[in-house]
Amino acid sequence: MIQARILHGGEAHGRVLALDAPLSFWGAFDPRTGRIIDIHHPQCGSCITGTILMMRETRGSGTAPGGMAEAIRLGTAPSAIILVKPDINLAIGAEVAEALYGKTCPVLAVTAADYAELARHAALAISGDGKITPLPRDSFPG
Amino acid sequence: MSLALDDRDRACLDGAHGPAMRLAMRLVLKAAGILGARELIPVSFAHIDACFYSGEAHVDFAQYLLDHGAKLSIPAWTNNGVVSLTDPDIRPEASDPQMVKGARKLMQLYEKLGCRPVWTCAPYQLPGGPQFGDQIVAGESNAVSFYNAVIGARTNKYGDYLDVACALIGKAPYAGLHRDEGRRGRLLIRTEAVPDGWKAENIFYHLLGHHVGKLAGQAIPVISGLPPQETADSLKALAAAAASAGGVEMWHAVGVTPEAATQDDAFQGHAPEHIFEVTPESLAQARRDLTSAKDGPLDMVALGTPHFSLTEFERLAPLVAGRKASPGLAFYVSTSRHIRDEAAKRGWIAELEAFGATVIADTCTYYSPAVRRCRGRIMTNAAKWAYYAPGMLGVEVCFGSLAECVESAVRGEVWRDPQLWANGL
Repeated sequence: MIQARILHGGEAHGRVLALDAPLSFWGAFDPRTGRIIDIHHPQCGSCITGTILMMRETRGSGTAPGGMAEAIRLGTAPSAIILVKPDINLAIGAEVAEALYGKTCPVLAVTAADYAELARHAALAISGDGKITPLPRDSFPG
Repeated sequence: MSLALDDRDRACLDGAHGPAMRLAMRLVLKAAGILGARELIPVSFAHIDACFYSGEAHVDFAQYLLDHGAKLSIPAWTNNGVVSLTDPDIRPEASDPQMVKGARKLMQLYEKLGCRPVWTCAPYQLPGGPQFGDQIVAGESNAVSFYNAVIGARTNKYGDYLDVACALIGKAPYAGLHRDEGRRGRLLIRTEAVPDGWKAENIFYHLLGHHVGKLAGQAIPVISGLPPQETADSLKALAAAAASAGGVEMWHAVGVTPEAATQDDAFQGHAPEHIFEVTPESLAQARRDLTSAKDGPLDMVALGTPHFSLTEFERLAPLVAGRKASPGLAFYVSTSRHIRDEAAKRGWIAELEAFGATVIADTCTYYSPAVRRCRGRIMTNAAKWAYYAPGMLGVEVCFGSLAECVESAVRGEVWRDPQLWANGL
């Protein structure tokens, strides 16, 4: 069990998608499909919907809160996002979406060492108080 | 919570001023918490970026604010829209009905909320804006860069929703570039080896800005060796190019910008962490970076990113007087409605239209892909446009000076000024 810093709180669980490069939530990802569309991103084509999305940091864009809120509105957002470098834009987007649509996407920050440990697991559960627990590999087939 | 709140802050948070103000306060506090700010500071002005449509969530947010008692605490001016309200034909509804309708509705909602509808990415060209030392809120990257460096107003780069929230509450987290120590220069970029003749050319500042952005990333660069009486248009070019190529939010130019009377002031008494020399080769590389097409037949010219200023219209008018753009070539100048009105009073818009140009207000050609004939080989004098357009619009870009853009438009193919590019640049 790892205690994370809560940037936007909530409960979630899902299979882990650990990104090899930072992702911008505006322009690099399509909220209509949930897929990464930036051709320069190593995981271009991957669908982030419903995953515990892990990336050490985001790529900055002032429109990123809109991409986050739009994905939550459309149901294409990750189940949760785990970062190392805290990000205001994703947390703001999540807070706005929760107020507007009653749906949420927790955003958490952990240390680099904890990040490396968590990224080894196939699936994770997140509690409302920011505790992250590994789940068995077969919890989320596919 | 360790953050100090006053009575009104607490009343907003408790919902005494309605759900919209409660949400705004929660957003400001969320940002303050992530930044580790100990207090909020009053801000006196906001440039709103959330009026730029990126999906229905933006519209829902603005509608929610209007329906739940939101009230602006400070003057708030609007950035470009995705569409133009004054020239609806630039992006006809049929081109993308949901997007055009949504974008238009979003702009109307921010007008209803009480924002001043200036619709410009260069609000610093308008009278009545922030002054030196003012604490403000902005999100548009070139405006953040210009306000911080050239005006000496203080803002972090605020993302969408948080910009509006700060304008409603009238406060921002006291962190980053709002604080003296957050504005300290880190890198020294010396231009002493660049010939003085180049520093008299506007195009030099686009190339320098691009180079500075690549060197600095998000660190604060200090540029030395620039002439003391630089024009606002050149500083705009530098500010915008450094922001787009690197993410520069603050910079100093020694003897030019207001917090850098001396190099020591810019570094606040510290030594530079790195020192870079700008050479003619670095500028030539910047020029290559900004040109994705070989010279050849030209389909379009796009000027005005960031928005064309009145002094740029003054420079452009004599270049086009009595001439005609090549038949079939599209020639666009993007500006604000305010500057377009001022240019029209001086007869410059009529001259440009006689030349064959279209002057568009409220928006920008680089995110209006439905702009007619926006394809093929396009020439621009704006480093920011040249940086983004190949990716955003899928077009080929030739970067050149203002005079080269006009002459190329007349000839219908890219023309290079042999005098300008002498000396290896």
